[in-house]
Amino acid sequence: MSVGISRRDILKTLALSAVGGSVLQVIPAQAAEYAHQAVQKAKAAASGKYTPKYFTSHQYATLTSLCDSIIPKDEKSAGAIEAGAPEFIDLLTSENEHYQLKLGGGLYWLDGFCTDRYTGPYLDRTPDQRKSALDLIAFRKNAKADPTLSQGVIFFAFVRNLTCDAFYTSRIGIADLQYIGNTALPEFPGCPPLPEA
Amino acid sequence: MSQVIRSPKTYDVCIVGSGAGGGMAAKVLTEGGLNVVLLEAGPPVNPEKDFKMLMWPYDLPHRGAGVGGQASKNFSEFLAPNGAWIIDGEPYTSAPGANFQWFRSRIVGGRTNHWGRIALRYAPIDFTSGTRDGLGDDWPITYQDIAPYYDKVESYIGVFGTKENISSAPDGVFLPPPKPRCTELLVKKACDKLNILCIPARLAVLTRSINDRAPCHYCGQCGRGCTTASNFSSSQVLLPPAMKTGRLTLITGAMARSVVVGKDGKAEGVSYVDKNTGTEKRVNARAVVLAASACESARLLLNSRSTTFPDGLANSSGTVGKYLTDSVGSDGWGYVPALEKMPPHNHDGVGGMHMYIPWWKSDRKNDFPRGYHIELYGGRDMPGVGMFHELCHDEEGYGVTLKSRARQLYGTTIGFAGRGEMIPNPHTYCEIDPDVVDQWGIPVLRFHFRWSEYELRQAQDMQQTFRSIVEAMGGVYKTKTAIDGEYPFGIREGGKIIHEVGTARMGADPKTSVVNGYCQAHDVKNLFVTDGAPLVTNPDKNPTLTIMALSWRASEYLLDEAKKGNI
Repeated sequence: MSVGISRRDILKTLALSAVGGSVLQVIPAQAAEYAHQAVQKAKAAASGKYTPKYFTSHQYATLTSLCDSIIPKDEKSAGAIEAGAPEFIDLLTSENEHYQLKLGGGLYWLDGFCTDRYTGPYLDRTPDQRKSALDLIAFRKNAKADPTLSQGVIFFAFVRNLTCDAFYTSRIGIADLQYIGNTALPEFPGCPPLPEA
Repeated sequence: MSQVIRSPKTYDVCIVGSGAGGGMAAKVLTEGGLNVVLLEAGPPVNPEKDFKMLMWPYDLPHRGAGVGGQASKNFSEFLAPNGAWIIDGEPYTSAPGANFQWFRSRIVGGRTNHWGRIALRYAPIDFTSGTRDGLGDDWPITYQDIAPYYDKVESYIGVFGTKENISSAPDGVFLPPPKPRCTELLVKKACDKLNILCIPARLAVLTRSINDRAPCHYCGQCGRGCTTASNFSSSQVLLPPAMKTGRLTLITGAMARSVVVGKDGKAEGVSYVDKNTGTEKRVNARAVVLAASACESARLLLNSRSTTFPDGLANSSGTVGKYLTDSVGSDGWGYVPALEKMPPHNHDGVGGMHMYIPWWKSDRKNDFPRGYHIELYGGRDMPGVGMFHELCHDEEGYGVTLKSRARQLYGTTIGFAGRGEMIPNPHTYCEIDPDVVDQWGIPVLRFHFRWSEYELRQAQDMQQTFRSIVEAMGGVYKTKTAIDGEYPFGIREGGKIIHEVGTARMGADPKTSVVNGYCQAHDVKNLFVTDGAPLVTNPDKNPTLTIMALSWRASEYLLDEAKKGNI
């Protein structure tokens, strides 16, 4: 990878200046930036269109829709799709039989459920029908009232966890939380004044 | 294998293991003028290539989750190359009901590459606790014997902390501590209300430059390994000076099999399997130092059987593998609404707590013996895989509501890790499994493990304390534990705290101990054990600092004996 400054360069600079006794003020943001740029470039080079490693195109489209519903774009930030959640989940699933059963089977379950209830697979349903399906499987208490929902509730909770994993480990999600750090400081600044309780 | 390849050379000392104990022995012995060969079962470590310092989760395709999302089984994908609970081809077994978990690092530096850097001295009373409460035994040495070596180790590796004059948590040679984090200030306020001590932590991280090492740059990632060696690891702090003497030969990929013993009953060297070539090899040495980790060293001794030593080497007492303990561990966390009001700020600090709770009830009557300390975590850490699973479980739902709740609740949790002293018991030990060998043909360990009522009561006390602190902060304690079942009061499986010690304990009486106060085997004068195995008790202080102090002391003794011609 040759994306201008490399992490290696940064680390070297850090080591040299620190050992010399003069402590770096702040590590340039490039330390964090470079690898992300490399990933973006690699993505662009692969012509933009992602081919799922594990899921069928129908399953992948359904998964993508679920990710989008779980963490959508809002007024503050982009959503799970932009954060690469479907690709992330597909990658892990392609490597893990347990995930394949849970997610692959879960996606079939969802289509079966929607066919029984709304006469067709999840993706083909109206936005209202999709919402009503999600409202049923997004809460454990619904499975208590209607035990036929329990497998769907477990499936959805798993997709929700993975979507959050992907979103909050992305540049978008980390910025959304306003995490500040992963940088080099000469001194730890300590806590800003605590608000009065 | 057609023949054993013997190194023609005879070294002064062969050390097995390059972690805290082995690295320290290598440094002291080579600097003292001896020629040392160091056997390490794993590969070399290359910090610049292997350490993931300053990387973001999105820099890795798996974001830290690891291949197939499996990283959590061996800690995060971001950690320094650090070993595993399960190593392919190198099994261990557990007796029914034991479920012992054994963490092993096969790499230069061993577990010091990723460890928590918590560097606590044992207290004077920890060396005489048998006399104090009648449980277990006293050490053959006192705090006064080891104190000068604590001084030396701290001065050399760099430990931050503050002088507090707490009898159960002695002060050391300290660098200034980093400022507290917000989470820690809140805990401290709550502890003040509750009469619980909460003081600056003591970690082997440099807040000032010493010995040509750069000070910490506060990225909060010590566990990933530090490219600037601002925290302590054997690979970066102990082995380089040993290498510099020109008297250290490091052999990696060397899986030690047994200690070779001569007709005179003295150690002559070590047999090992060269993992790189799959060949059986041997190095010869005038003295052998085992520092392969407490259980691995016990395994080596037990596997070094001969007509002179039918029950294993240095085992005339029958205590090799016995007296195994791990720290008592129980964890918890709570939600603290006051943290919602904190403006975004850099919370990283060093890779670990800046404040901790030392054992504060040593002068009271408790319903369990000994004590525990509490480690603190939480707050606005770098987001990572798994961080929002609890939130998802609690909030459920989806969409904008979920997203805004995550935004609101990020950084509002405080976590606690109670780490306490286990009393050795006759049901907890390791031995050679008669039926199983590893892929190198070396018989493996079988573990027996049982918590007693003492440890369960301690875990219960930990849970009550965590709850009281969270509630004093105006928060909600979230951890639920049961009083029965497999893990009462959230007590962790044996081995999970990775503080296993005691399997070749020291003592004055050769009938009940394996080594003397200098870590020298009673039965074999040129054999030493300098990892966690000689520790007689396992106080609530993480063992690494004590392992290094004992190793330094043992190595000086070995140097002395060598000079006198006794070895």
